[in-house]
Amino acid sequence: MSVTTRRTRLAAAALAAITAIGGLAACGNDDDEPAAGEKPAKLVVDTFGEFGYDEIVKQYEKDTGIKVELRKTAQLGEYRPKLVRYLATGKGAADVIALEEGILNEFKANPRNWADLAPLVADHSKEYLPWKWELGKAPDGRLIGLPTDVGSLAVCYRKDLFQAAGLPTERDQVSALWADWKGFHEAGLKYKQGSGGKAFIDSITAVSNGVLFQGNGDLFYDKENNIIADTSPAVKNAWETATSMVDISAKAQTWSPEWSGGFKQGTFAATFCPSWMLGIVSDNSGAANKGKWDVAAVPGGGGNWGGSWLGVPEQSKYPKEAAKLAEYLTSATSQVEAFKAKGPLPTNLEALKNEAFLSYTNEYFSNAPTGKIFGDSVAKIQPIHLGPKHQAVKENALEPALRAFENGQADKAKAWEQFTKDAKTQGAF
Amino acid sequence: MSLSATTAPPSPAAPPSPDVPSRLRRGRLLNRLDVKYSPYLYIAPFFVIFGAFGLYPMVRTAWMSLHDWDMIGDHSFIGFDNYTRLASDEYFWNALVNTFGIFALSTIPQLLLALFLANLLNRTFLRAKTFFRMAIFMPNVVSVAAVAIVFGMLFQREFGLFNWLLSFVGVDAVDWDGHRWSSWMAISSMVNWRWTGYNTLILLAGMQAIPKDLYEAAAIDGASPWRQFWQITLPMLKPTFIFVVILSTIGGMQLFTEPLLFGNGNIIGGNQREFQTLAMYMYEMGIVNLNTAGYGAAVAWAIFMIIVVVSLFNFLLVRRSAK
Repeated sequence: MSVTTRRTRLAAAALAAITAIGGLAACGNDDDEPAAGEKPAKLVVDTFGEFGYDEIVKQYEKDTGIKVELRKTAQLGEYRPKLVRYLATGKGAADVIALEEGILNEFKANPRNWADLAPLVADHSKEYLPWKWELGKAPDGRLIGLPTDVGSLAVCYRKDLFQAAGLPTERDQVSALWADWKGFHEAGLKYKQGSGGKAFIDSITAVSNGVLFQGNGDLFYDKENNIIADTSPAVKNAWETATSMVDISAKAQTWSPEWSGGFKQGTFAATFCPSWMLGIVSDNSGAANKGKWDVAAVPGGGGNWGGSWLGVPEQSKYPKEAAKLAEYLTSATSQVEAFKAKGPLPTNLEALKNEAFLSYTNEYFSNAPTGKIFGDSVAKIQPIHLGPKHQAVKENALEPALRAFENGQADKAKAWEQFTKDAKTQGAF
Repeated sequence: MSLSATTAPPSPAAPPSPDVPSRLRRGRLLNRLDVKYSPYLYIAPFFVIFGAFGLYPMVRTAWMSLHDWDMIGDHSFIGFDNYTRLASDEYFWNALVNTFGIFALSTIPQLLLALFLANLLNRTFLRAKTFFRMAIFMPNVVSVAAVAIVFGMLFQREFGLFNWLLSFVGVDAVDWDGHRWSSWMAISSMVNWRWTGYNTLILLAGMQAIPKDLYEAAAIDGASPWRQFWQITLPMLKPTFIFVVILSTIGGMQLFTEPLLFGNGNIIGGNQREFQTLAMYMYEMGIVNLNTAGYGAAVAWAIFMIIVVVSLFNFLLVRRSAK
């Protein structure tokens, strides 16, 4: 940000220039087009977080003789800019790319960047959750993603804290506490009373997430992708439900240090857990809290937060083989294997009925039968239409406004005004 | 005439080997080329690199700013629409105010402190000078990200050190990123911590270039150290000070990493954009929002123009006040 950084940047630039000049001669060979029908020596797969593919690709390599390189990026926040760079410059992308829900919806606006998978793989349209399959299609009808996982919702709660506050601890009884969101709020108030004023949930944005993704109609966009954030009943409902929970919230923004630290400190007793969140909860809580967490049903039925697809970028030199690899990775067997390895929840109907999946229990979460809990809630997920800038509206309009209200920076009316105004600018595309 | 006779005049019968004069001529030509052009060659690496990594991106950004540009899709020419939109963009002005606020909070105390420290380090009686000079520069060596993360922890609401200290004097926990003033203070404290030592060293170098006899003469005339500082050190330090001010201006206008990491990496900088700087707004529009890349480019050019104007203003201000 001053002379030193600029100097190092210059040095780096100089180095880059020298390598670029030196590498020029070698460059030509890499760009050779493969002859038609030629089998690739290697396919590259880009994923973020944990998809659990390490063992699965070994089998694929054995079967086909094609090497697979897995390129993993830990954080979604670092993953997206990379993809944008690949697409904007037309080079560098992997052959198979994991597309998270928010990314997929945004990238759908430019479907030409992606290969149409429909002619490249067999027809699998009946084998997956129908809504999940549909979301993999671009507006122009081309199939740009094969379904991997869903983020079916549940509630993670601390048994020990519940007990201390005089609440039931058995997961069925806990689920029975909150058939709806009102019940959830009442349970929270009871906890607050019993624990001497402690907060019940991490934040009200976690609540709004849960309610939003239960899919009671269109959210920020209607089916024609007009922005309806200010008039959508589903959004208003999420807003009202979330703001009503302000008295039981720990005001710890998801992913902030307050939030991650809160798991260890017990600053909140419950949080919303899509299946992929279980690993994050256990990491943040640490080994000392093993067996103290459990998993219950989410108020108001199922819901979905996150989940991904596998796509093949147009720039891949081997779209056919890449599509075949994506097909392999999203098959029923692979999805069960991945779930057992790292927890992403299957979307393949056959995988969801698989015995190994349904009988799976999670040791960290008091041996909760997470396979069955999440498997059941998957069936209750309502398909939702997410517009192109859904993620931006949620993260940069709705959630900041909710937090401003939660932290007392704005009253409810002011915060709503902030949201509707920002939703218009963030949602424009 | 006899001279020419002895030096074997060229005879048509036996011409001398033709490449002697031509080699000479070529050598002379090379020499002339060398003198005339090789200096350009020597400085060429800088200009080639500057052209590729400085000028080209600037021109390209200017070109982009005249378009409605989707990062991974199409673009169309729209003239100066992005700039007219910029003028009425509330969040752009908000970012401008934030940038200037944080800039003022970080640069002014920082330079005053640096001046004070440099003056202290310049004293002849100080022991272990090198140690102090090294020590004061240390923060600058630490990576920005590390600084921002550590300070972010110190300024936490629940478990932060500063709130813990405040609790001893009976002040309620401050939600540092929840207000404009507190977030500005937190961010400028990071900047100050990191750059005070750097500026101190530059000012110190400037001070050491001031001839000692001036001070001796002043001391003989009975001038106090305070008066010597005001009437010798400061005026003589003017060129260095202008340099430092302009550097700080450029750095301050481009402030990005500190506020970004302070807000947990959220590009809008606080729930109500309390500490979103211009650079962050440019990133939000140009990189995060894929479809407004052209608008982001316009923001980038606006930042460039602002830096030029502010640097000029500071330059004039410092030059005048130091006269």
